[in-house]
Amino acid sequence: MSAAEPASSSPVIVLDEVVAVLGRFPALAGASLTVDKGEIVLLQGPNGAGKTTLLRLCAGLLPVERGVGTVLGFDLATQRESVRPHVGLLGHQNGLYLDLTVRDNVRFWGGTVGATTAEIDAAMARMGVADRLADVTTRTLSAGQRRRTSLACLVARRSQVWLLDEPHAGLDASGRDELDATLRSAAAAGATILVASHELERAGSLASRTLDVVAGQVDAHRPPGASR
Amino acid sequence: MSAWRVAWLIARKDLRVERRSRVVTNQVVPFAGVTMVIFAFALDSDAVLQRVAPGLVWLATMFSLLVLVQRSFAIETDDGALDAMRVAGVDARAIFLGKAIALAAELVALELILLFAAVILYGQSIAAGSVVLLVTTLVAATCGLAAVGTLYGGLAAGFRGRETLLPLLTLPAVAPVLIGATRAVEAALGTAGAVVSDGWPWVGLLTVFAVAFGVGGSLAFGPLIDE
Amino acid sequence: MNGDHDDDDTGNTMTTTDPAQTADTVSITAPRSTGTSATRVVGVAAIVAMAWLVAFGLGFSPADRDQEEAVRILYVHVPTIWLAYLAFVVTAIASALYLFTSKQSLGWDRAAGASAEIGVVFVAVTLVVGALWGRLTWGVFWQWDARLTTTALLFVTYVGYLAVRRLGGSHRQRARRSAVLGLIAVLEIPLVHWSVRLWRSLHQEATVLDTDGDIDMDGLMLFSLFVGVIAFTLLYAWLMMHRVRAMAMEDLVEDRGLDAALAARRAEGGA
Repeated sequence: MSAAEPASSSPVIVLDEVVAVLGRFPALAGASLTVDKGEIVLLQGPNGAGKTTLLRLCAGLLPVERGVGTVLGFDLATQRESVRPHVGLLGHQNGLYLDLTVRDNVRFWGGTVGATTAEIDAAMARMGVADRLADVTTRTLSAGQRRRTSLACLVARRSQVWLLDEPHAGLDASGRDELDATLRSAAAAGATILVASHELERAGSLASRTLDVVAGQVDAHRPPGASR
Repeated sequence: MSAWRVAWLIARKDLRVERRSRVVTNQVVPFAGVTMVIFAFALDSDAVLQRVAPGLVWLATMFSLLVLVQRSFAIETDDGALDAMRVAGVDARAIFLGKAIALAAELVALELILLFAAVILYGQSIAAGSVVLLVTTLVAATCGLAAVGTLYGGLAAGFRGRETLLPLLTLPAVAPVLIGATRAVEAALGTAGAVVSDGWPWVGLLTVFAVAFGVGGSLAFGPLIDE
Repeated sequence: MNGDHDDDDTGNTMTTTDPAQTADTVSITAPRSTGTSATRVVGVAAIVAMAWLVAFGLGFSPADRDQEEAVRILYVHVPTIWLAYLAFVVTAIASALYLFTSKQSLGWDRAAGASAEIGVVFVAVTLVVGALWGRLTWGVFWQWDARLTTTALLFVTYVGYLAVRRLGGSHRQRARRSAVLGLIAVLEIPLVHWSVRLWRSLHQEATVLDTDGDIDMDGLMLFSLFVGVIAFTLLYAWLMMHRVRAMAMEDLVEDRGLDAALAARRAEGGA
């Protein structure tokens, strides 16, 4: 994993005029942005603006149709497989096995990177699914509880870049606070976080920057000379 | 993490899902059983049934294979777990092997039940001398079926029309298994005067098939599920 | 294996950043037909060869001693199955070239797809005329003979291949998926053939007629068969040239559609 560690000065995500298609539909029609390590960036925009596609592209799930994009220094056109282990995507779906318990799920996802039992327990505790919920079947959980389980899997997988699609949706007030605290501490620990959200007053306070996604386009290169 | 360890993790996960959901036990096994019964309605003759019993066992296995594969990938796509594994950069060969191992375990259990049903329903008898041939055949055939099923199940997963695409791709590919396993089991059960030694060439065929699709499948699986 | 380079071999060299220009390129004149002087030469040659085949197959060549007039069916039956096998070999080679050359040219993917389509049609012709021949010679339409059974499974296998080609997604996705499947088919067919042969050789049942389809041909009969092979080879070449070009144009149209869609998408935001 250490091979992927970018030089501290280079940005984590760089997109330049990226076009990506879903079927034949250009969901991204020219996205340019730069994100540095440790940033929490909020992507805002109406439904269908291309926020989800942008996150999936950064996760290495979609090919770059035109333009240039890199994540952690890996080219999104040719090195998508190398990007993936370092990136955690939480989309509309949680990626959970609904017939398994919370603990089974976190164990499985942690297991794919060889996480220890202590790491797995810590991840569950951090997302508040450790005690009462740990042995509950995921299918019976509420939407918010599933989301927290999914985040616990992300933590257990030691992702460096977190791509979160509407992470606050379905969470109650305390769940949101826990999530925000987790995201802040993760960012402080060096994770880079992209959040797509409608709930501006909520996510806005969390984010270090807000970018507008409009009609599949983002234009947010870092101003020249500016550094964090 | 080596690919083998991840494969083992995935296989254990699949079997745990089955242990908790009981879909195979409660739905696929009864389905296979009913298939065995309706074969008897269609053929309507004890003598014919006795003659074709090995073939019917494997036919029922093929049909159940299709259902098992659908189920195996439904649990992956229900909540986007296959996507999540791709995002997590889980080695595609490990996914292939893990899912194939779990599928093979389920298939073996099912085949034993079907053989038992053939003994009861179709008047078959298993001699002690043929057990080795029978077990070898089951193992070799199952590995081949699991490899092909996992390969095409993964290809079809997530597409509209996967329910119809899967049989179209799978059934011609597993035709050699149907032929080979049926002949080998006929030899083991002494159907129509066959003797045990007739079965071994077929086990050779089944083994080559399993190895070819095991290797080919683990190489091809990555490009097929990764879009 | 994981390349998703810009597609540079469709002749689509338009720049993509300027919406105004993109709108223009949609109306750029595209070639109006898939014909070239080469296809016309091959096409005329195919027609002439087919006319010869009719003349020799139905007219000049004699009836067979055993099979009588039915032997004439073989002048179509044999060339089509040969060409079908050739077509599937081309599919496999083109699939391998797509996957294992660094450029990953979509041209190879189209060649693989076009060849498989033609191969499937030829196998269908083989099966139909073969069944007719079987009825006349053996008295039955179908026999569970090793060659027949393999051919039937070959047909279904490539019908499945064509179904996978139509699953959708981008050109690159289609190309990679079908190239891998095109190579798996190469794994499948020999195994099927081997198993079916083993099956039939161990369970030799009396054939309806002594002949298994191989007859001693001489003189005009052999020449007629030769004309048939030439005619169907030319037909294959002619269909391939047109089909590959038609597929390239389809891809191009979809790419132009993408440019138009991009322009529309950008306009959504009033940007």
